[in-house]
Amino acid sequence: MTSVPLLTIDELSVAFKTRKGTVQALHGVSFTLEKGEIIGLVGESGSGKSVTAYNVLGLLGPAARVTGGRIGFGGMTMTTARESALREIRGREISMIFQNPRGALNPIRPVGRQIEDVLREHSDLPRHKLKGAAIDMLHQVRINEPERRYAAYPFELSGGMCQRVMIAMALACEPALLIADEPTTGLDVTTQKAIMDLLVELARARHMATLLITHDLGIAAQYCDRIMVMEKGRLVEGGATADLFRAPRHPYTRKLIAATPRPDSTLADLIASTGTPARPAAEAPATAVAPNAVEPLLEVTDLVKEYPLAEKTKASGLGPLQRWFGRTPQTAGKDEPGQPPAGVFRAVDGVSFTVMPGESVGLVGESGCGKSTTSSMVARLLDPTSGAIRFDGQDIAAVPAGRFARSPLRAGIQMVFQDPTDSLNPRHTAFAAIAEPIRRLATPGDGPALTRRIEALADRVGLPRELLSRFPHQLSGGQKARVGIARAIAVDPKLLILDEPTSALDVSVQAVVLELLDGLRRELGMSYLFVSHDLNVVRLLCHRVLVMHRGRIVESGPAERLLTSPDHPYTKALIDAVPHFVPDGDPAAPTPEAAALKLAGE
Amino acid sequence: MARLIMILRRFGQALPTLVGIIVVTFLLTRALPGDPAAYFAGAAADAESIEEVRVMLGLDRSLPEQFWIYLGDLAQGDLGMSISTGQPVLTEILTRLPASLELTLTGLLIAVVIALPLGILAATRPGSWVDHLCRLIVTAGVSLPIFFTGLFLVYIFYYLAGWAPSPLGRLDIFFLPPPHVTGFYTIDALLAGDVETFQAALAQLALPALTLAIFALAPLARMTRASMLQVLSSDFVRTARANGLPPGQVLSTYAFPNALLPILTTLGMVFSFLLGANVLVEKVFAWPGIGSFAIEALIVSDYAAVQGFVLAMALLFVGLNLAIDIAYTVIDPRVSLDA
Repeated sequence: MTSVPLLTIDELSVAFKTRKGTVQALHGVSFTLEKGEIIGLVGESGSGKSVTAYNVLGLLGPAARVTGGRIGFGGMTMTTARESALREIRGREISMIFQNPRGALNPIRPVGRQIEDVLREHSDLPRHKLKGAAIDMLHQVRINEPERRYAAYPFELSGGMCQRVMIAMALACEPALLIADEPTTGLDVTTQKAIMDLLVELARARHMATLLITHDLGIAAQYCDRIMVMEKGRLVEGGATADLFRAPRHPYTRKLIAATPRPDSTLADLIASTGTPARPAAEAPATAVAPNAVEPLLEVTDLVKEYPLAEKTKASGLGPLQRWFGRTPQTAGKDEPGQPPAGVFRAVDGVSFTVMPGESVGLVGESGCGKSTTSSMVARLLDPTSGAIRFDGQDIAAVPAGRFARSPLRAGIQMVFQDPTDSLNPRHTAFAAIAEPIRRLATPGDGPALTRRIEALADRVGLPRELLSRFPHQLSGGQKARVGIARAIAVDPKLLILDEPTSALDVSVQAVVLELLDGLRRELGMSYLFVSHDLNVVRLLCHRVLVMHRGRIVESGPAERLLTSPDHPYTKALIDAVPHFVPDGDPAAPTPEAAALKLAGE
Repeated sequence: MARLIMILRRFGQALPTLVGIIVVTFLLTRALPGDPAAYFAGAAADAESIEEVRVMLGLDRSLPEQFWIYLGDLAQGDLGMSISTGQPVLTEILTRLPASLELTLTGLLIAVVIALPLGILAATRPGSWVDHLCRLIVTAGVSLPIFFTGLFLVYIFYYLAGWAPSPLGRLDIFFLPPPHVTGFYTIDALLAGDVETFQAALAQLALPALTLAIFALAPLARMTRASMLQVLSSDFVRTARANGLPPGQVLSTYAFPNALLPILTTLGMVFSFLLGANVLVEKVFAWPGIGSFAIEALIVSDYAAVQGFVLAMALLFVGLNLAIDIAYTVIDPRVSLDA
């Protein structure tokens, strides 16, 4: 390594002009990045990690102003450089890849052409060689059939593929520095692992420095040489990855590490980190399953949901018009044995499971595996094609989803949704949001009684009463999550379906919400069907886990057993893909994956 | 090939609409107050001669019978005779529709040529003088009534400045209309190589087209600005900028094509408005278009002319919507003609 750093950030301060006045986003942040080094910039939302990275490229827009310090790249001062000079650097010397790769690509331009745009601007390649170079880049990021994918539009590619295209675009001109802004957030764990492995491998092979912005300590631990921890616009701690995890000095780093669910942590560990006193009810062991003698609360048998395939791919049942026009029928996308009649797609393919009273069951799997379809059918928001759903002794699958809202059983099954912001009506106060199900499904009583009831619910979920009159945009993410939970438990449901309830939250908030959910289940004796992709979170909250893959349950069993010694290869792959860190582990013995990577990079 | 089938299918989907329009206009024109027979027979006619005319026009028969005869005529391309002008309705429409179309399309072209750059500039420089100018023009275009703009332009450019020819029709009386090819005087004159007639036709066209353009400009500029603002803040524009693409390319290949869909929708709506709304402009400029013809026909219960007019408009709208749908699929690969 050379003594002159590639990137120097020196006492950088940035302020934003807003309607409420100037907001200081960065307070004197300093660090350096050497050639070929991979640095993780971690912190929760609002910590300033993205502001720092965007500022390197001068991409912050007119509202932001550098109030102090400088960014040096090579011999250049980026903070004072002219726009035209910055444009020369962008894409050629410093590239960037983003979160939500599909949105970050031009939706109506073939991906190959978008790579060409960058090459044409920054390389000396003659025009007729651009296409070949673009295809070569697609090949390098291991996209199959790059010639064919060259002409694909982003909407025709999966999220992981789009991120590969983004990487191809970013690396097309061999930059010296890559800034990756949450590159795998929102992707499945196995996709995340594939993308991160690819990214790090390419970075090592090209001796390219990488600044990885992430909220996920596991990713940072597994892939970065050094980690910088940011909090509220300040760099609180930085150091070599192993040192940082072994001996975190700053309280915020310690809190962050403790709040991140790990394969061996308990809810009490997480909650201790947040400084919130643990709820008294949380002392009971997490394995308290209701006795087997009791009738199951929910019994799902051979649940199937089929969707007709799009006309283009319909294999049979061609209408006379289509036959006229001589469409060639194509086979259905899946070729598994026991597939349904061709022309339909089975999103859920014969799923059976039970949930006992007071039990918490996790439903895990990657996007498209059918877990959300299953939970929607159980919640009676979607009609199954066939199969039975027995809830509390009655077959609720027989009630059409459209009419279930008027069924007396509606109050028995409630949902907590993934996005705490989008699942609240922006024009309703927290009070109105919680009161809504009571008005519809229960006897609300007179005004004061309703108010008392809602205030009691707010107390129960730990939402300060004075926040009840606020609108969603005036609440924080954690507070909105509490409103969503209070709304769901307002009508005393027996079964709560939780659809990724914490995936949009910061880890410290997630810890508190998870603890709240666990406590509520014990206090109120509810059952949970917990849909999630995060295995560590599922383990914390669930007694039993069901692993779904391609519409089927491939493995099920007690959470602890299933996550420590899985039988099914898919479950193993899923668990292997979860990024993790060993806080007190021996730095000399990194995880096998990390070791393999280090070797591959050298 | 597949696309052609789709287009034919879209035409097929428009058929029920057309049938509905035929039925409704037939019934509505019959329900209009006033007696076409009495009007046709003239002021001096007595009851007997009115009855005679009624029989001659076939108005004495039952409604289903009349409708059947109407359908039969329609199938042969016969739209009936206009009572007020004495000409076949088809002839009237064929001579007047090009006049209206020439006016509308020119107006629309002027509007697009001004509105799109204005909207784009306003969106790329929010808060600048271009943005304020854009807002001013949009407000003016929305709030000024079209007949007022027309009269105002006539007052300035014809009466005061004397730059424009007298606002009477499509061509000055000293010129002969060019040989009929497209029905657009400007294009026909050019095709005939007659530059003088072209200039004369263009001079006549300028003020009414400008009047329409001011009206059409406002929604277009506003939609362009809003749509561009949204696209410019999108993730893929940020990517393009992070990749160091020059601003011109970011605008032309990343931002603008993506902003085009809502603009196109607005364009289609504005075009429909103009076809119907230019009746006022035609009145102010004595333009022999289809709009003024339809109004006069409506006033005297000239049912055949009204039916023919509505049918022609319906066909135009169907064609227009189809053209816009096809344009969508060309611009955005995610849109399919299936939907």
